[in-house]
Amino acid sequence: MNKRSRWALPYFIFLVLFVALPLLLIVIYSFTDGAGHFSFANLTKFFSDGNSLSTFAVSIEVAIENTLLCILIGYPAAYILADKKLNPSAVTVVLFILPMWINALMRTLATAELFNMAGIPLGKGTLLFGMCYDYLPFMIYPIYNVLNKMDKSYAEAAQDLGATPGEVFRKVTLPLSLPGVWSGVMMVFMPTVSTFAISEFLTNNKIKLFGTIIQENINNSMWNYGAALSLIMLVIIGITTLFQGGKSEGEASGGVLI
Amino acid sequence: MKITTIAARAYIALVLILLYAPIVFIAVFSFTEAKSLGNWTGFSFTLYRNLFTGSLQNSSGLISAVNNTLLIALAAALISTVLGTLAAVGIHNLRGRKRQTMTFLNNIPLINPDIITGVSLFLLFVFLHISQGYFTVILAHVTFCTPYVVLSVLPKLSQINPDIYAAALDLGATPGQAMRKILIPMLRPNMISGFILAFTMSLDDFAVTFFTRGTIGLDTLSTYIYTDARKGGLTPELKPLMTIIFLLVLVVLLVINIRQSRQTEKIQK
Repeated sequence: MNKRSRWALPYFIFLVLFVALPLLLIVIYSFTDGAGHFSFANLTKFFSDGNSLSTFAVSIEVAIENTLLCILIGYPAAYILADKKLNPSAVTVVLFILPMWINALMRTLATAELFNMAGIPLGKGTLLFGMCYDYLPFMIYPIYNVLNKMDKSYAEAAQDLGATPGEVFRKVTLPLSLPGVWSGVMMVFMPTVSTFAISEFLTNNKIKLFGTIIQENINNSMWNYGAALSLIMLVIIGITTLFQGGKSEGEASGGVLI
Repeated sequence: MKITTIAARAYIALVLILLYAPIVFIAVFSFTEAKSLGNWTGFSFTLYRNLFTGSLQNSSGLISAVNNTLLIALAAALISTVLGTLAAVGIHNLRGRKRQTMTFLNNIPLINPDIITGVSLFLLFVFLHISQGYFTVILAHVTFCTPYVVLSVLPKLSQINPDIYAAALDLGATPGQAMRKILIPMLRPNMISGFILAFTMSLDDFAVTFFTRGTIGLDTLSTYIYTDARKGGLTPELKPLMTIIFLLVLVVLLVINIRQSRQTEKIQK
């Protein structure tokens, strides 16, 4: 029995080398200058650079709006999909996941082209709708999953005890489905902040998100500043994960396939 | 009751129409010769013919990008499946703090946005002076694919009776034989779904490939589309290619799901 626990050793070494060490390098590069000396210059540069700060603020704003939009559109969809009376066929759920197999960049370019044809100028509005297209399945799936596994007798009990349908939803279904919403938020919020390419295509380079400035710095060999910007994202990820505090997002994303 | 059902179905239909609009758009315009999306110059199979005969108008890079994408996804998924299955068996037998550490580390690539995985690995390769190319891209893909395999295999292990494995050892099997004849057959469905998940994650990746492919001109489909779009003007043959991929996936998924729902119906009967 105990011997077989050693089978985890190769993966442990792999994780240390290719997950932990690279993250440590982000921290190290953030706090050094080009010559390898310890310095706070990268972080002070970020907090005194109006451009980076405003990009950061815009990214957070867009990510919050996109996440809310995904919940607003995705929650009712997930609710209907999980209701056997309203949606008797499991195939409908597959239809929501299917678009994810088409290259995201290609879908985004087509979306931008559709906006062009409809005569809608590319900007904040098209960015939000385009992002929502891309991330909606990631919001619907975890909520659907939780609602689908939920014990229906809770809602029935509430109904028997005299709750109106609205009260059943507010006091029973909604609180029980919140873990799914949290997983969805994790899968939509951070990726939205960090997208590059997608935001460029959807706004014709008018609006930059945080991912784009990280990419620009790394590509222009400003590794230390790029690392510092990545570190800021890492800190935010750490905070949101603490809020959510659990394994649920792993399970949720592990089930995206079928 | 009736009205709510109709409203609910209409809502689902509306969201699906919105989701599929860009894909249908690509598919429709794959049947015309025009270079840019949204420009209709009459019905034609030319783009499909170009794609299959390999006579692309301006870029032979597309075919090699497709090959690279498949090759990298296959290699990454295979390595992840072996590494992840071994790891899952190991983690299953770990207790306490060691197990917590492993699950924590395993969760990091799942939580990290692609760009962080990409940048951090880029820094690692720069730091260790590893020249970037196929090797580093596959390695990077293994990094974000393996956690999915671990999460696919781990739940199954707790359902398996450990006595069966012990019995095989008692009856004289070497650990290797017991693994081949007992564990792997039992874990096979989960390993396969882990493999498929890893394969699709790798296929769809853009950001991690972008940062770890180096400067040798290695392109996958995603990076090819990105460079193409930034140059202005997509290779027109991408439209039929995407349409074919979409139809293939649609058929495969529908077959799998209809089969599954029939099986569960049978079991319920």
